[in-house]
Amino acid sequence: MNKVCQGLEEAIAGIEDGMAVMIGGFGGSGAPIELIHALVDRYRRTGSPGNLTVINNNAGNGAIGIAAMIDAGMVAKMVCSFPRSSDPRAFTEKYLAGEIGLELVPQGTLAERIRAAGAGIPAFYTPTSYGTLVAEGKPVAEFDGRMYVQERWLKADVALIKAELADRKGNLTYRKAARNFAPLMAMAARITIVQASRIVEPGGIDPEHVVTPGIFVDRLVEVANPKQEEALLREGAK
Amino acid sequence: MAAKLTNAQIAWRAAQDLPDGAYVNLGIGFPEMIAKFKPEGREVIYHTENGILDFGEAPPAGEEDWDLINAGKKAVTLNPGAAFFHHADSFAMVRGGHLDIAVLGAYEVAENGDIANWSTGPGSVPAVGGAMDLVHGAKQIWVVTDHVTKKGEPKLLKRCHLPLTGVGCVTTVYTSLAVVDIRNGRFVLREKLPSMSLDELQALTEGELTVEGTVGDLIVPEV
Repeated sequence: MNKVCQGLEEAIAGIEDGMAVMIGGFGGSGAPIELIHALVDRYRRTGSPGNLTVINNNAGNGAIGIAAMIDAGMVAKMVCSFPRSSDPRAFTEKYLAGEIGLELVPQGTLAERIRAAGAGIPAFYTPTSYGTLVAEGKPVAEFDGRMYVQERWLKADVALIKAELADRKGNLTYRKAARNFAPLMAMAARITIVQASRIVEPGGIDPEHVVTPGIFVDRLVEVANPKQEEALLREGAK
Repeated sequence: MAAKLTNAQIAWRAAQDLPDGAYVNLGIGFPEMIAKFKPEGREVIYHTENGILDFGEAPPAGEEDWDLINAGKKAVTLNPGAAFFHHADSFAMVRGGHLDIAVLGAYEVAENGDIANWSTGPGSVPAVGGAMDLVHGAKQIWVVTDHVTKKGEPKLLKRCHLPLTGVGCVTTVYTSLAVVDIRNGRFVLREKLPSMSLDELQALTEGELTVEGTVGDLIVPEV
C-alpha cells in the first residue's frame, strides 16, 4: 500500500469536468490552498477541470483559494452555508450576474448531509429549517410531537483536504480548528486527496490521536509549511 | 423618545442572566460582546460552530493563529480545558439539545417566537450559516436587538414578514428598551426602562406586551 503521491500534479490527477468537489476548511482555517491552486493552474493551462460543483462552508474570500477557482471560471455551482466573507467579490459578482449557481444549506445540515453520505445513510430528519424557505419542497414528518425536515446525503467525486500529520497508510491529524469539515468530507468523497504538512511512517502517529482513519484517505501529498489562506489575505495576496 | 440602551448595555444586561456552568453559543457580531460582561465568579463555556469548546478572548494583535478562529472568522485563544472537534460533532452539540443558550441578532421577532435574521429578501446574496440549526437546538434562544429598526419601525411583531430563520423558538428578547420573555405565544414584559411608561413602550411594539406579576426596572450601568 502506498497512497503517497510525488507531487501536487499527481495528487489531483483524474479530477474531471463536471465533478462535485468537496473542499475542507472554514474560511481560511483548513483551506487546502496548495491543492486548490494546483487545480486552478491545471485549468488555466488545459481548460479542465471546469463546470465543477464545489462544496465548502463558504464561497471564497479575496482572490485566492476557492475565490481563485471562481474567478478562473471553473465553478458552475457552490453548495455552502455562508457565501459571504470579508471580501466576497468573486462569488458575489458571478452570482448577481447569474453566472454561478448556489445551493444554500444550513451549516449543521451541510455537515450532517456530508456525514450521512460517508456513513451510507441516504436521508435523515432534522428540525433545522422547518417552516422556512430552505425547507420548501422537502418532505416533513412529525416525531414525538415535533416537526422535522427530511434532508438527503451529499456525496462528492473528490475531496481536497488539509491535514497536519499523515502516515503512509492515510491516518490523519489536524491542526487546531482547521479540522472542521475535513473528517466528514474524507468519508463522503469517492476519492479523498490530502495535503499534509508532514508524512510519517506508520506508527508515527499514536493510534489514540488519529482523527481520520486511513480507510477514508486515497491519496497523500506532503506540503511542508503550507500557506494559510487568512494569513495570505492579510498579507495582501492576489 | 426616551433614552435607550447602547448595544454594549444590551449585551451587559443579557450577560447578567448567564447561569454558572452554562454552555453558550454567541452569534457573530453584536452577541459576541456578551462575553465581555459575564459576571465574576460564574464559569461559562463558549461553543463555536467551527469546532471549539471553551475558547477565550482575542489574542494580542500580531499573535493571531488563523487556524484558531471563531464562527465570525476572528482569531481567538483557548482556555485551559478547551476541546477541538469536527463539524458533525459540533452540530450534534447544537441539534442534540446540549447547548444551554444561543444568542442571536434579529431583523424581526414575533410574539409566537418566530425569528427572521438571515435574509432581507431578494436582491442580496443569501447566507444562513449556523443560525437555522442553533434556533432549533439550544435549550434557550436569546435575541439581542434594538427595540425598533433604524427607521423607528417595531421589530417585535405579531408575525414576522421577512423570511424566517426558525419557528416558535425565541425564549427571551433583550432590547434597547426592555427585556421581554416569550411564553405561550405572547410577549411577557419582564423589565422596561424606568423612564418609559408601559403605553410608550407598547407604542413602539407591534405585538401585545403582556404583564405577569410586576415589571422590573431595566437599569444598566454605563459600560
